[in-house]
Amino acid sequence: MAVTQQKTPVTGAGPFNGVLTWVDARFPLVRMWKEQLSEYYAPKNFNWWYYFGSLALLCLVIQIVSGIFLTMNYKPSAQEAFASVEYIMRDVPGGWLIRYIHSTGASMFFICIYLHMARGLMYGSYRKPRELIWIFGVMIYLALMGEAFFGYLLPWGQMSYWGAQVIINLFGTVPIIGPDLAIWIRGDYNVSDATLNRFFALHVIALPLVILGLVAAHLTALHEVGSNNPDGVEIYNAIDPKSGKPMDGIPMHPYYTIKDIFGVAVFLLVFSAIVFFSPEMGGYFLEYNNFIPADPLKTPEHIAPVWYFTPYYAMLRAVPPMFGSQFPGVAVMGAATMILFLLPWLDRGKVKSIRYRGPKYRIWFTAFIISFLVLGYLGVEPTTVWGEFGKGLPIVGGDYVALWAARVLTVVYFAFFLLMPWFTRNDKERPEPVRVTG
Amino acid sequence: MTAIVNDQVDEKKRRWLIVTTSAAGAAAAAGVAGPFLMSWFPSARALAAGAPVEVPIDKLELGQQITVEWRGKPIWVLRRTKEMLDGLEKVDPVLVDPESKASEQPTYVSGRARSIKPEYFICEGVCTHLGCSPTLKKEIGAASDMGADWPGGYYCPCHNSRFDLAARVFKGSPAPANLKIPPHRYQTDAVVVIGEDTKGA
Repeated sequence: MAVTQQKTPVTGAGPFNGVLTWVDARFPLVRMWKEQLSEYYAPKNFNWWYYFGSLALLCLVIQIVSGIFLTMNYKPSAQEAFASVEYIMRDVPGGWLIRYIHSTGASMFFICIYLHMARGLMYGSYRKPRELIWIFGVMIYLALMGEAFFGYLLPWGQMSYWGAQVIINLFGTVPIIGPDLAIWIRGDYNVSDATLNRFFALHVIALPLVILGLVAAHLTALHEVGSNNPDGVEIYNAIDPKSGKPMDGIPMHPYYTIKDIFGVAVFLLVFSAIVFFSPEMGGYFLEYNNFIPADPLKTPEHIAPVWYFTPYYAMLRAVPPMFGSQFPGVAVMGAATMILFLLPWLDRGKVKSIRYRGPKYRIWFTAFIISFLVLGYLGVEPTTVWGEFGKGLPIVGGDYVALWAARVLTVVYFAFFLLMPWFTRNDKERPEPVRVTG
Repeated sequence: MTAIVNDQVDEKKRRWLIVTTSAAGAAAAAGVAGPFLMSWFPSARALAAGAPVEVPIDKLELGQQITVEWRGKPIWVLRRTKEMLDGLEKVDPVLVDPESKASEQPTYVSGRARSIKPEYFICEGVCTHLGCSPTLKKEIGAASDMGADWPGGYYCPCHNSRFDLAARVFKGSPAPANLKIPPHRYQTDAVVVIGEDTKGA
């Protein structure tokens, strides 16, 4: 290679101009700063829904930092895990705070992710040319679910143990290879020390690396094609002929960094309120049964996953066994997440944003959101609310409303995706504006 | 020294080299992945812990159940009363698999009682649905909290599966099959060994 090409010296950094010029000659510092922040043009009409992307990133940072400190006192062995968590809570200075930050952070992460995904759905942010951003996003969501599941075993409480038992046995229902697959995942005939140890490795290093890589890919793809906005209109359609910049775009920094910092402040207020006043969140963030050490011989009376998994858990419970196997329920649960990948190609609407969508889409979208929320509620409730499967015929099952509600809502969930090519194609959409509004 | 001239590049040879080198590299990667994947199977220690356990049963009262651990799983030993055994026949019509044809059990147990000696019922306390451990609800009728028509049996709190006193699943339960019967043999009248098959059966 030739000698370093001449770059303009860095200005505007006061006493650091010299050192930054030196660095910039050897590293694309200024170029990266401009491309990603100071000259990344984002639409000017972002609303509060656009906080959740940066807040999710904040959650990732919170989880990584608090997680690193938890590993310093946690012992990943079946003999010591439960006691070491209690040790962190009682004896390590500030240990209780770090653990509550981590446990609250997990739920808050999912709240941000779910709102972020809802935003993407509403404004059509998954549509061309942003399909890959959506796909990376769904992969992050799946990795995050794995991360949460592996992490939940670590305190080695009753819910940790039996939750893991149930989820691993889901893989055991796979035809033919199922039983061996379950043993392979556990490393034993039952959830045991071997399982705990490998879940620890997956939780603290394997999946965090995957998530970081995917977040980088998600952001790189985003900054390649530019952000969507509540109108779903491309800002690059209106370029200022003089500057060559989009007329409806403003630089990420300082405009949106400032806006996001305001979001961070509000978020941290809520976050701190939970950590200090209600870290268990009435049993939703930390389940009460998990304060009992894992007992492989006794199943707790009521097993429910943490709230962020419950919509899928409700689907699992709603599907009756078929052909002498529980696999159909498991397949439905898996399909419910996998179908998200197809979304960019299922939507045939001409407009992106819900603001200009027609009545059909709006009705389906509302039905979908309601079904997801109600399924989430049904997944939390004990089986007694679900009625007795033993009454009546096997397929039609119990005569209680909850079970049927779950079945109907599962169908609605899937219908939203599978019928989308039809109800988006002939909808009475309103014309999109040429440029973004507001 | 001969200069590399562009138009002398043998594209065909180059593609062949790329394909073969990639294939060899992929094969090597797959070979290395093998031991890593194998490391997830139960270790020698875990296999050894799967050894049979001896259970003394002579102290069991009628109607009493004890739970022992074998391969980390709860194994029940229930001493059934005559009343309990007589009740098994009545529930046949509401069972999924009354003959246990599609359920896992050793060849030396058969019939409604699913045991070598009808009085002693030995069973894996692991729900065939998703692996929770059902609870014994041995009282008959309303005293069990399971409704007035409850014939006595096991109830899985996770997803409402119900089983009779031979762990045969009732119709309409999410569990697809009867609970498993582990391999076992009577060493003496007073000791049963869980995890070893009865020979000559």
